[in-house]
Amino acid sequence: MSEPILSTRGLSKSFGALKAASDITLDLKPGEIHAVIGPNGAGKSTLIGLISGTLAPDDGQVALAGQDVTSLGPEDRAKAGLGRTFQISALAMEDTVLENALLGAVGATRQARRLFSPVQRDTALTERAMTALTRVGLDKVKDTRCAELSHGQRRQLEVAVALTLAPKAFVMDEPMAGLGAEGSKTMTGFLDTLRAEAPILLVEHDMDAVFALADRVSVMVYGKLIATGTVDEIRASRDVQDAYLGSDA
Amino acid sequence: MSTILIFEQVLNGLQFGIMLFLMAAGLTLIFGVMGLINLAHGSLYMVGAFAAAWVAGATGSFVFALIAALAAAAAAGALVEIVVIRRLYRAAHLDQVLATFALILIFSEGTRWVFGSFPLFLDIPETLSGPVTLPGGIEYPRYRLTLIGIGIAVALGLWWLTARTRIGIQIRAGENDREMIAALGVDISKLYTLVFALGAALAGLAGALVGAIQSVQVGMGEPVLILAFVVIVIGGIGSIRGAFIGALLVGLTDTLGGIFLPEVFKLFMETGAATQTGSALASMAVYILMSAVLIWRPTGLFGARG
Amino acid sequence: MIAERWITLLTLAGFLAIPLWALAVDEPFTITLATRAAILALAAVGLNIALGIGGMVSLGHAAFFGLGGYAMGILAFHAQSFQPLDLGLFTIEGTKSMPVIWLTAIAVSALAAWLIGLLSLRTTGVYFIMITLAFGQMFFYFAISWGTYGGEDGLSIYVRNSFPGLNTLVPIQFFAICFVALCAALFFQWRLRASPFGLALNAARQSEARVATVGLSPKRLKLLAFVISGAITGLAGALFADLNRFVSPTMFSWQLSGELIILIIIGGVGRLAGPVIGAALFVALEHWLGGLTDFWHVWLGLILLLIVLFARGGIVGLLTGKAGPHV
Repeated sequence: MSEPILSTRGLSKSFGALKAASDITLDLKPGEIHAVIGPNGAGKSTLIGLISGTLAPDDGQVALAGQDVTSLGPEDRAKAGLGRTFQISALAMEDTVLENALLGAVGATRQARRLFSPVQRDTALTERAMTALTRVGLDKVKDTRCAELSHGQRRQLEVAVALTLAPKAFVMDEPMAGLGAEGSKTMTGFLDTLRAEAPILLVEHDMDAVFALADRVSVMVYGKLIATGTVDEIRASRDVQDAYLGSDA
Repeated sequence: MSTILIFEQVLNGLQFGIMLFLMAAGLTLIFGVMGLINLAHGSLYMVGAFAAAWVAGATGSFVFALIAALAAAAAAGALVEIVVIRRLYRAAHLDQVLATFALILIFSEGTRWVFGSFPLFLDIPETLSGPVTLPGGIEYPRYRLTLIGIGIAVALGLWWLTARTRIGIQIRAGENDREMIAALGVDISKLYTLVFALGAALAGLAGALVGAIQSVQVGMGEPVLILAFVVIVIGGIGSIRGAFIGALLVGLTDTLGGIFLPEVFKLFMETGAATQTGSALASMAVYILMSAVLIWRPTGLFGARG
Repeated sequence: MIAERWITLLTLAGFLAIPLWALAVDEPFTITLATRAAILALAAVGLNIALGIGGMVSLGHAAFFGLGGYAMGILAFHAQSFQPLDLGLFTIEGTKSMPVIWLTAIAVSALAAWLIGLLSLRTTGVYFIMITLAFGQMFFYFAISWGTYGGEDGLSIYVRNSFPGLNTLVPIQFFAICFVALCAALFFQWRLRASPFGLALNAARQSEARVATVGLSPKRLKLLAFVISGAITGLAGALFADLNRFVSPTMFSWQLSGELIILIIIGGVGRLAGPVIGAALFVALEHWLGGLTDFWHVWLGLILLLIVLFARGGIVGLLTGKAGPHV
């Protein structure tokens, strides 16, 4: 039961002289929300890139559900069960909300080789897409073009597309950004229930959300993990306060 | 096949490569600095050739002809940059392709309108005609040797310009960050016009120089343009050094392939079939070279790694 | 503003009406012009799938047009000379049958598109444009230097190839064949665009990262689209060769690749009716301006510049008032 779904071992990545990630070892256990926090430029986005396969590590491994996925590209990691959301929305901006969710359904059910039957008339696919949209509260704007959504709605759509994949693990890059207080609260409530379906690796700036949600927190500074522990442990850690929270507290 | 013939063909390949470099250098500079793909670069080559042929016909002076080629191509380049091109720097590549394709249509048909459809001829100047004897007793046309010399001089000049001068620093800064260079107080639109005119002048020079060994006619620029594309794909877009190496590779492959492939096929085929197969394969040789480089390095020999 | 569906249907109705009118008033040349427009439109429909949906700016589609043309030329050449085509391991009889020629043209150009796409899609952006251009040029020079089928002079076919049940020498009957092919391709594109594949391809144009994140390979989607695109343009090439009863290396010329893109831009990128409107206008301009002045390309160039700088959506964009897909 406590076998991690997602784990990294000694992940390192440098850009020239900059060590954006060095020797990152962390794991994500079933049913948990594991938050990664850290100041800007700490290497959180690099870590997400390494985990989701858009960046190749200089060293180290990534394992998903017991399978070493280090050599796989992003599409194969998605197939292996990774559901990722982007910090800066990477949606098909000219397409509608429903079309974006349908894309997830098409990818999840491996139906992209169907060339003739209209996707919108496929009830299995549309149901899968609509279910995900309803869960994040976007069902009413399903025919709106993505470009016309607010930043918060785009975040929600990112999450909805990941939901259509029914992944084994979620990796979410700042899903609260741009949501506002009310939306942030709703999203927090939603993620709280989502962890029962699949664990979430959550990179987030919103500390209220992190402390409300996370089972465990890892702190990343200058490309290194300086601490991992429960919310209380992290709050109490002197190292963390010095390196990171100190400026705020 | 004698060593002399091989040596001569190597020189021919170098000469062709050097002329391709003059085209490719401008293209790669313009792409590197402004992010623009310019299909009309071949038209500037043609403008240079026509200006040279016309001035040579009127004055009889090859030097005046070259000056005219440089001036006309630079002026045409600057004009086109100011009127059309600068609206395209932030546009999609498709828009750039179409607008510069439109410029080709206008340039080509406009030139035909003015000069007619018959080719013009530009003579090699007296002092540069005839052969020169190289060490080892090899006779080689003096003019072609001069072209190699001019090309190398231009390559060195470009290296000096980009590595050692103030404008070169601005150009390299502009490649990295448009806002930054604007913040430094450099008039970016003037810099862009200047770079475009410089690239155009190089193309015009190439057109005039080659115009003296081939005929000067409408449409002469496009085959050279496409080979120059092959050159910068091989060398890596934005890299002058890559353009130089790529140009020599393409020039040598094209020239030597055309001569030697049919001979190679004659070793195991009857003459007629060997000539046909060999020359057909030779016509594809530079593209096969390009494919090979791409498989090995998708961003070219000296391109930035993606 | 008009719905796009109506524009498509009206365009096709107009496309059918003009040659029928020409038949009524006995103007066979107009029918030939309409046939030419239909074939160019078909070629551009092929390109539009790669360009307008997949976002691949191919400046080398003349390669497929030319391959289709030569598939027709070579098969018909061997039929009219009664000499089978010797491929070393086996021989192929020449044929004058259009359906056989079409299948060959489609297969050959699909294969070429697969190879070119495999190499070209290793790159993106400007590299992709230049590389497709270069591959197109490769076929051009190959056709020039390969003497067996006429080299630079091309290959003439004395009698138009045959189609069961029709007399292809009658202009309106040949037009009908080309028009049906065009409609079939448009129907195909329409279904393709709405299919799961079309949805994914259209998303891959906008964000490769998005498509990869749902477990699909953007490269593979684009490659398949490029193959389909090349196959349709190849079919158009075979018809074009049959219209002229002649093939030559100019079918491979890069100007032709450029013109195919122009057709799409004039009409509207990614729009169903875009290439059709573009081709009709292009052929009309070519005929009309070409009759007024020998230098009509200057005017074409100016029109094109104006469209690029000021009317990005093309004619369909102007009529629907909606911006099209961004490439």
